[in-house]
Formats: sequence, C-alpha cells, structure tokens
Amino acid sequence: MYTNEMMESMKKVAAAREANAAFEPRRMTAEEKDTLLKTYHPDYKEGEFAVLQIGPNKGDKVPTELAALLQANPRVSPAEIDLSKVDYDVDVLIIGGGGAGASAAIEADNNGASTMIVTKLRMGDANTMMAEGGIQAADKPNDSPAIHYLDAFGGGHFAAKPELLYKLVTEAPEAIQWLNDLGVEFDKDADGTMITTHGGGTSRKRMHAAKDYSGAEIMRTLRDEVLNRQIPVVDFTAAIELILDEQGKAAGAVLLNMETQEILIARAKTVIIATGGAGRLHYQGFPTSNHYGATADGLVLGYRAGAKLLYADTLQYHPTGAAYPEQIFGALVTEKVRSLGAKLINVNGEAFMHPLETRDVSAASIIRECSDRGNGVHTPDGIGVWLDTPMIELKGGEGTIEKRIPAMMRMFGKYGIDIRKEPILVYPTLHYQNGGLDISADGMTGVENLYVAGEAVGGIHGRNRLMGNSLLDIIVFGRNAGQHASEKAKEVTLGALSLSHVDAFTKEMADAGITTDVVSPKLLPDYRRKK
Amino acid sequence: MENMVQVFLMGKKYEVPDNLTIMGAMEYAGYQLVRGCGCRNGFCGACATIYRIKGDQELKACLACQTKVENNMYVATLPFFPLVKEVYDIEKVRPTEQIMMQLYPEIYACIGCNACTKSCTQGLNVMQYIAYAQRGEYEKCAEESFDCVMCGVCSSRCPAGISHPQVAMLARRLNGKYLAPKSAHLADRVQEIKDGTFKELLESLMQKPLSEMQELYNHREIEK
Repeated sequence: MYTNEMMESMKKVAAAREANAAFEPRRMTAEEKDTLLKTYHPDYKEGEFAVLQIGPNKGDKVPTELAALLQANPRVSPAEIDLSKVDYDVDVLIIGGGGAGASAAIEADNNGASTMIVTKLRMGDANTMMAEGGIQAADKPNDSPAIHYLDAFGGGHFAAKPELLYKLVTEAPEAIQWLNDLGVEFDKDADGTMITTHGGGTSRKRMHAAKDYSGAEIMRTLRDEVLNRQIPVVDFTAAIELILDEQGKAAGAVLLNMETQEILIARAKTVIIATGGAGRLHYQGFPTSNHYGATADGLVLGYRAGAKLLYADTLQYHPTGAAYPEQIFGALVTEKVRSLGAKLINVNGEAFMHPLETRDVSAASIIRECSDRGNGVHTPDGIGVWLDTPMIELKGGEGTIEKRIPAMMRMFGKYGIDIRKEPILVYPTLHYQNGGLDISADGMTGVENLYVAGEAVGGIHGRNRLMGNSLLDIIVFGRNAGQHASEKAKEVTLGALSLSHVDAFTKEMADAGITTDVVSPKLLPDYRRKK
Repeated sequence: MENMVQVFLMGKKYEVPDNLTIMGAMEYAGYQLVRGCGCRNGFCGACATIYRIKGDQELKACLACQTKVENNMYVATLPFFPLVKEVYDIEKVRPTEQIMMQLYPEIYACIGCNACTKSCTQGLNVMQYIAYAQRGEYEKCAEESFDCVMCGVCSSRCPAGISHPQVAMLARRLNGKYLAPKSAHLADRVQEIKDGTFKELLESLMQKPLSEMQELYNHREIEK
C-alpha cells in the first residue's frame, strides 16, 4: 500500500485542499509554454527519433519504434500469396472496427454499397471504447464553429490542415445530432440542454459527455447499428497488406486469420483504413492508455503502398495516466476529472499549474515537476503528482463523482482507493497519435481509392489534439470517408490485383542497405515474460 | 522481492507474482493473448473470467484485466459468449412495452434467482434493470444498466436464457433517441450551419496570417 512518503504528502494535500480549491492558478504565457515544451515534452527528445531512409516520407523523422516497423519486411512474401482466389468481393472494404470504421460502414451502407469490416480483434475493441471524457461541438449560443476552430488550431500549434479542421468544427453539431438520433445518450438537463464542460485549451464549455463512458456509449451504439444493418464483420482477422491494381489504385487487402493463420483475399473497389493509433508501441518506454491492438498497422500498410504520412513525429502523452496502483499503471484518468474541478498538486500540497492547459503543456509541466523541480511523489514503481479528486465534491457537492465519473470511481475502488475521499497519483501516459496518413478533405490519400479515417489520419489536429476532438473526428471523418468511398466505388472498374508495390518496397529497402529481422504490421504487442 | 502465489489457469498450475492481474498472470505464464484481451482497462468486456478459490463453493466472475490474482485461484476465461442479438430498425421501433415482448420475450421468463446480479463484473443490479425492461420503463433500465461493458457473464449464469446486455442496449437506444428530452440549441445550431451562418466568419478567420492568428489565440476570452 502507500509508503510513508505518500501518506505524509497526502496529509499536506488534504490540509491545503480548501485553499487550493479556491485558488485559480494563472495560465502560462505563449513563451512560457514554448520553453516548457521544448525542455520537457517527449516529442522534443532528439535521440528518440529516426530519419526514414525510404518511402514517401524519406528524410522525415519519426519515433524510432515506428521507423523500425515502417522499414520492415512483409509478414508474408508476395510470391506465396495467390491473388486469383478471392475470398471476399465488396464495394467498400473497411479495415478496423472502432468508431471511425463503424461510422464509415453505416454511411457506406446508407449509400447502397456492399460493405465489409475486417478487424483483428472484435468489433469495438478500439480506443473509441476507452474514450471517457467527451466529445466537442460548438452548439451553445455563446459558442461558434469559429471559436472552436481557433481553440483547436492554436492548441495544435497552428499546424492543422485548414480544410480538415474546417470540416471538423462545422460538422460537429451535426455529428452529435446523428449520434443522438441513433440513440446515443448524452448528459442533459431536464429541458434537453446538453450539460457541457471545459477541456484543456477550450475557451467555451463545449464538451458533451455520457458520464465518463462517453466513448463506450458511442461505440456500443454504433456497433449495435452495424449489426442491425447486417453489415458483414469479419473479426479476429487482420489486414497484413494492401492490394493495388495494375494502375496502382487501392483494390483490396490481404487478410490473416489471427487464430488459424489462414491467408484470405479481399477485393474491393475502395478501401478505408480505420486502424487507429499506436500506444502499444510504447514510444520512449511510456505506458499507454490505448487498447491492445493499437500498433500503427494502418500507417505501415499505407506507407508500403505509397501513401504519405503527416506529423508522424508528434504523439500525445495524456497528462493524467494512473501512476498508482501498479495494476492500472498508465490507464487513462479522464481529463473530465479536471473539468469537474480537481487540480494537480505536487508533493508539498501546492497547486503548481492551471489544471486545464492543453495536454502537451500539462504533460510537460508534470514531467518538470517530477524531474528538475523535484516535487514529484515517489511510488514503489515510479513517480507522479496528485490529482486532488475530493475537490470535485467540494465544488459540485456530494455525489458529483458517482454521478459524473462512475468509471473512475470504480477503477480506483477496485484497489481500495475511494477517490471521493483520497486524491490519486498520476503521470503522463502515451495516449494518442497526432500524426498519421495524409488525406484531402474527401478522406482520400495520395493513393487513389485508398481512404483513411480516425486516429490513423494525420493533420486534422496539427501537432497536439484537444480533449474531445478525437471522438468528434472519428465520427465526422468516419462518416465522410464512408460517404466518399462508397460514392467513388460506383465509378470504379477494377483491374488485375497486384502486390508488386510490396516487392518494390522490399527492393527499395535492399537498395538503401536496410537489413532487419522485423516484420510488420505488428498486429499485437508481446507481453509474455521473457524467460 | 516478489511474493509468488499459485494459480490454476484453465486448470493448469503456475506460480506467478501476487501483484499481477489475472491477465498479467496469463502473460507472465507465457500466454500470447489473442482472444480474451481488448482494452485492458475495464471498458470493453473482452476478458470476462470465471474463477473459484480452492475450498470455496462460490463461483465468481470478473474482468481479467481488473482483478488481482489470489492464491489457489482456479481461472477459466470466457472470451466469447453466444448472446442473442435481435435485429431491428431504430427508426421504426418505438419505446413501447410491446417492443421488448417482440424482440426479447424471454425476459418475462425471469425466475428472480438474481444470479445475473451476483455475477455482474461491474457490480450492476442486473435483475433490477431487467425488471424495468419488463415494465417498459426504459429510462430507468438505461440508467441502471449504463455502466454495462457487455461481457456476457450475466447471461452465462441465467437459467431463463436472457441476453441481458442486449436487452439493456435496446433500452438505452430507445431512451437516447425517443425518451430523453430533445436539445433545442443543438437543432438550432445544425440549422444555422446549414444556412451558412458561420461560413463568412470562419473563412475570414482562416485567411488571417499566422501572426494575427497567434495574437487572437493568445488573447482569446475564456469562459469561466
């Protein structure tokens, strides 16, 4: 259980609670944030990145672990794959069964396309399911899509692709309406007004939520809708290679049954990559809040087929991963905990920063507190700062925690920690892939008929993402990809299927002198004990 | 130094550190999980698990990623359970009592044994939410079942063959779509955007030079 140091510090936190709750820490200036990020944010650690030697992004730097997978061998040699025996033949093939994939499938189905989802785990085994805090949309009278745009553009360091961000903010209210019409529940007042809160870096309260199961509520409803429409879902089946036609347009995928290892061929007029993020690559040794399958597969598939990456060097470290107890080390503690009034407190009981700075700034600030400033709290397995959850009840009244963040109460409760009475320990955890495959506003990559949606996309958020804009982007860009891919499929006449791009990539590797034992896509992490 | 405990995974004995979750223990023992592992954080229901502590009569259920191992724990994972999921058109169904009778009539065969509630990995009052569904009280059913991760353990224990998570799923969608109050401000904003109300404002903002954007961002007013 708690060490003496932790107990002593916790007493200081409790003693200062009332004063800290009333105290409004000032926000950092632009210059302060800049210096903080450059000194402490993991994205700025030079030694942790490698320069790509081949492919569409040759010369660009990406995390070392990602570079190893992008410049790796195919899992199966093209010579061993028989493309003449087609197992599945559809208009739109969707790779990935999370929120983006499901949204795309529903819209493609609406448009009359024969649609199929393949997913390496189950439908809904996705980061969408684990999103807790909420989804943004500027739908209150004091807010507008323009204010939402400015918040997201500035929060992302002015790097977002304007046409993508424009789409995100202007289609946000409709996305909420679409979900609500499908039966997704939202926290509302008796008169129907959405209960909305702040997220880090928002200038208006536009975070819509379903308690702290926001993503789960959205995901299970979308899954139910996909099943109601009887859209085929091939589960426990991974895509291990894209198939192009002789003109280099996307035309399907090579699939691998995860249990029997059988190879299957899916032919499609258009393909949507909706494979999600990369937390399970554990960049820089960080723990992750991501689901088991978050291994950047879509980036690898797309890159090998010639699609460009954008901002693949920028990752999001969620400021508040659980730092204690060790059984939930790295698990997400939703930002909503801070939206509801909990502040970040150091070992001395001091509120050392404004709790709602953007995520990159908050993460860097916590890392500074725990390193150079020496104000972290040591745990048996690491270090962290306090997130003073009892403040929520001080501010919102008794019962607020149980009503608004029941999942957090349950997660810590299982280990004997009552977050209504005790603060919790947090430290940044690898949370989100800001970058990904580069798309235009219709969702298509530079490879014709290859679309991308969700976390596998780069450029919607720039170099940092605000809370609640990811649940939003999977809906807006998932639907968008489904609509455009199904429309495009109507005019596609498929040519002969080919894997020559894989051979070409292998040759490019050899020409560049890259020799490696690594095969990719990775599909799953390996957590077995090394004996 | 690690304290070791003895566990029986699918009946086979292993020695594992006592601070591990059941999922961690399986990986420690050498399992490369494909099934029975999803979010690893208690939200997805992929790792439903049944266990019994040696010498104890009671068969308990849990999520493998959320539960610490104990000494002499017999573990059987339940990575898939054949729930009944009825197909319906959300646009055509209505939140009437009849809809449950049509789609999930077996809920009326509940014998009140409460095995579902006792086995719930989320600690929900499952039998109570089924009772609400029987009476067509979908708002209450939705609230009572809200934290369900659809792992299926309740259904595996039900003598009446009820697929509780699917019943609750239907109730929540009926509640979310038809019963919960409508949001007028949302409908208004969607219409305004359709009418092009913000188009000019946004486009002029997007055309501003970077320095002006930074200025605007750094000095924007933040709602209290």
